[in-house]
Amino acid sequence: AVAAAMAARRGVEEMRERVVLGEFGVRNVHTTDFPGNYPGYDDAWDQQRFEEGFRVDVVREEQDMLEFDMVGIDAAIANAFRRILLAEVPTMAVEKVFVYNNTSIVQDEILAHRLGLIPIRADPRLFEYRNQGDEEGTEIDTLQFQLKIKCSRNPQAAKESSDPNELYINHKVYSKHMTWVPLGNQPDLFPDADFRPVHDDILIAQLRPGQEIDVLMHCVKGIGKDHAKFSPVATASYRLLPDITLLQPIEDEAAELLQKCFSPGVIEVQNIKGKKVARVANARLDTFSREVFRHESLKNHVRLARVRNHYIFSVESTGILPPDVLVSEAIKILMGKCQRFLNELDSVPME
Amino acid sequence: VQADGTDGNCVTFVLHDEDHTLGNSLRYMVMKNPDVEFCGYCITHPSESKINFRIQTRGSLPAVEPFRKGLNDLMGVCQHVLNTFEVRLLPQELRD
Repeated sequence: AVAAAMAARRGVEEMRERVVLGEFGVRNVHTTDFPGNYPGYDDAWDQQRFEEGFRVDVVREEQDMLEFDMVGIDAAIANAFRRILLAEVPTMAVEKVFVYNNTSIVQDEILAHRLGLIPIRADPRLFEYRNQGDEEGTEIDTLQFQLKIKCSRNPQAAKESSDPNELYINHKVYSKHMTWVPLGNQPDLFPDADFRPVHDDILIAQLRPGQEIDVLMHCVKGIGKDHAKFSPVATASYRLLPDITLLQPIEDEAAELLQKCFSPGVIEVQNIKGKKVARVANARLDTFSREVFRHESLKNHVRLARVRNHYIFSVESTGILPPDVLVSEAIKILMGKCQRFLNELDSVPME
Repeated sequence: VQADGTDGNCVTFVLHDEDHTLGNSLRYMVMKNPDVEFCGYCITHPSESKINFRIQTRGSLPAVEPFRKGLNDLMGVCQHVLNTFEVRLLPQELRD
């Protein structure tokens, strides 16, 4: 009776804490730990218990990429952070392009589209959103850039040369040719700021002698929901921590086969007393291709699962803001949304 | 925010300019409240950005209370996540 109770408890623990990957489908996907679902568990929200169980570990931090673990949080909130990172953290990007002269092969609207997608190194927290219907743009919500370039023939080129780099001057228009034109009192507001595109070597258009591009661009603050050019991340994603358990000891050729079934580094084959025994070394590296299920001999000896509340976030920024600032901003935006509704609740009388 | 319902216990809130981002996380926080009998949200039409958020309480608790508590709890979660995250990044800066 005790063994059965233990098994039942283990089954419940598994249902609560693991998402299990079966051969043909995934089980226990939805969060079920709400009050009343499991007798004997107190699932009501407790800030204290949450704070004890929650932790953040930074795994890798580079200039534009951040990989960190969030443990003890639920899918709904982790997904909310991911959605906000992608679509609701504001950035500055080119919105209006005033074309004074464009005799290049690239059409006006294509050129304008390409200019809009260039990431601009400007901290969006220093600027305001543009008011609706305001066509001109004031100095607190607009950044002006100019791109003025003309291609000409190189008089010093050799007679029989066919290399465009030698024959023509300014025949490739890069983002480094965009210059900031300060508006109004912007030089005083931002004395040592240097507003320019994040990358200097983005190819915008190609020209030949006699062609010219002369455009003036207005950058405004926007969010990714409006247009993807405003998204501050190259991508932001998360995955759950993998959890591989060997239900029975696996030896010899089966151990070698098991090692091949998973990503390199996940399964380690050790030599214990002359026999090769398989051991799970580092489950985190696995990408879960489920190759194990293709082998009849190994299928029932391994349990593939994911830990339900351990999220491995990977945030890659386009360079406008460092990724840790982006995550902080995303959390603040979610708080701002809650605050907005709390304020409305308090101000509007409920009938 | 608009609310309409038969009596104070079952209320459907219409939240404008919101989607799954706030809807799902708020639903999770409200479901964790033991007084709530039913909580769910749906997006009425994908072209309109508004959600119908419904709360039914057991007993005589007015439905606005779990809604308010859920929002406060979500704020608390975010605040704690922000603090933990920033503390976790500090050693990096201190080391520089």
